Amino acid sequence: MPRTLFEKVWDNHVVHWEEGKPALIYIDCHLVHEVTSPQAFEGLRLAGRRVRRPDLTFATIDHNVPTWSRLLPILDPTSKTQIETLEQNCKDFDVTLFGLDSPHQGIVHVIGPEMGLTQPGMTVVCGDSHTSTHGAFGALAFGIGTSEVEHVLATQCLIQSRPKSFLIELEGRFARGVTAKDVILYIIRTIGTDGATGHVIEYAGEMIRALSMEERMTVCNMSIEAGARAGMIAPDETTFAYLEGRPFAPAAFEEAVNYWKALPTDEGACFDRSIAIDVSSLAPQVSWGTNPAMVTDVTGEIPDPDSLEDENARKAARRALDYMGLEPGTAIEEIKLDRVFIGSCTNSRMEDLRAAATVIAGRKVASNVRAMVVPGSQQIKQQAEREGLDLIFREAGFDWRESGCSMCLGMNPDILEPGERCASTSNRNFEGRQGRGGRTHLVSPQMAAAAAIAGRFVDVRQWEN
Amino acid sequence: MKSFSKLDAIVATLDRVNVDTDQIIPKQFLKRIERTGFGQFLFYDWRYAEDGSLREDFELNHGRFDGAAVLLTRANFGCGSSREHAPWALLDYGFRVIIAPSFADIFYNNCFKNGMLPIRLSEQQVEELFERARSTDGYRLSIDLEKQTISDEQGAQFRFDIDPHRRESLLKGLDDIGLTLRQEDRINEYEARRIQFQ
Repeated sequence: MPRTLFEKVWDNHVVHWEEGKPALIYIDCHLVHEVTSPQAFEGLRLAGRRVRRPDLTFATIDHNVPTWSRLLPILDPTSKTQIETLEQNCKDFDVTLFGLDSPHQGIVHVIGPEMGLTQPGMTVVCGDSHTSTHGAFGALAFGIGTSEVEHVLATQCLIQSRPKSFLIELEGRFARGVTAKDVILYIIRTIGTDGATGHVIEYAGEMIRALSMEERMTVCNMSIEAGARAGMIAPDETTFAYLEGRPFAPAAFEEAVNYWKALPTDEGACFDRSIAIDVSSLAPQVSWGTNPAMVTDVTGEIPDPDSLEDENARKAARRALDYMGLEPGTAIEEIKLDRVFIGSCTNSRMEDLRAAATVIAGRKVASNVRAMVVPGSQQIKQQAEREGLDLIFREAGFDWRESGCSMCLGMNPDILEPGERCASTSNRNFEGRQGRGGRTHLVSPQMAAAAAIAGRFVDVRQWEN
Repeated sequence: MKSFSKLDAIVATLDRVNVDTDQIIPKQFLKRIERTGFGQFLFYDWRYAEDGSLREDFELNHGRFDGAAVLLTRANFGCGSSREHAPWALLDYGFRVIIAPSFADIFYNNCFKNGMLPIRLSEQQVEELFERARSTDGYRLSIDLEKQTISDEQGAQFRFDIDPHRRESLLKGLDDIGLTLRQEDRINEYEARRIQFQ
């Protein structure tokens, strides 16, 4: 029977399954960070358990780290404790840690692919919802809670009910100035923040095939923002070319490629749901509210909550506008900004930084704006510096920082002040996400860069480089 | 894991859709390395003004919900971050049951790992419960997991669906890790045939 990519990966990982019950599935790669793991390691200790496969477990420190110089001390004692706890746990349980002094430190979802840990056909989990990023390689990758982190540490398995499947076919080529970020924001805007709950999305179609690996990661990264269990893209030559030569890529590469080539969805395979979207006329997207489905075109305006049919949606939109300090009917391009953040597991990779640098080269950040760039990893930071991008950013007036999650969630000192408005390349515009009272607008790196220069949102399609 | 079978308790309402885990427990409280003590920070930015005083416009601060152990809310509750600190905070505050038309997947799963019962009802049933909770001071619900029923003293009764495996685990308070470790032979056998490339 023809099977989908997801079904093939799922079937290959079933350790045990009985009809009518959830399956026991095997995990090939377990990524760990400092925030969602301490209680899991403590659970192992209390029960006298060990980490079953330290060789399949990799840790880094990303959520809590200050992005100022690594030579400066970590001032927040609770952050410091959490970081030291992970260091100790990795030592005690023999887990590889890409710590603060490692040249491979970075956002967990950036460094996994960067080192070749993430490979097609694998199961990848992490105590972090944006684990969906790794699905860009044709891996089944999803976020788990701390109890499940403990479960994987102890058993290398998880008890899971099989999710449903959802095909999103993307056709057409997007215009210059439009990006993978705009595509995924548009998808979430279309299907809603719970549009894919209980499903694994497969992104397919001509548009997806044309994307680079970094663009595919941006798309899969935000699958969780549509409620999806995971997002996946079939591996192809682009995937193989990206992986070849990376530190953890298989040495028997040809053999691996032959296996990977059999993973894409078979002709005639069935999905539980499917939609098709044409991106040819897609405009850059800007979020206006407090969830990632509250999004409109840069050429649009703030919607009127009263125009919404559903009462709950109306109330939510009113609340959102009140929180965001916005009036219905305001043009997006009239919205002035205080801060710009380029970074996060959604948009902090080389292509993101290059694209933003192209927009700002030779220009200055507007006087009303404070802007920062936080590369996704130490490797990216170094590569960007080799290419001179740091100079372009610095000369324009951007802060150039060390790698980490930073202002995507503001667990470190990088936060918005109450009322500050930020154009952010991150993934969540929830209330208080970037700092209490902070107002987040989700955009692409190009849009964020142009907004930093103009001091307000502008349609980057009209930008003259 | 803690078991759950029956509960009769006061119902608190939270009339908002898409309540994300950043609201349930904001990030500045994720730095603790324990599982306990998160209740004081539950819905922190909604519960407290910046000067630390209670916000009167937030439902849970209304005295009528004191002692509530059932939270009645709207669709897509628990969306966003996978942080298990969210169910830890709800549990520590006193909630054992959450009723909503839908939940985000990771949050839903995390609840069961902590002896909490998330119950999905139809939009219409949830609306009816909201009506009843609004019009009755100290509104209570009885939840029976064995029978899969929710009922109140005025005669309302709903049946709810739940995956039989989850129901069983919760009723018995089973330790998932202990159960999986008992399948070690199967895991060993899988590892022997597992696809991997050197």
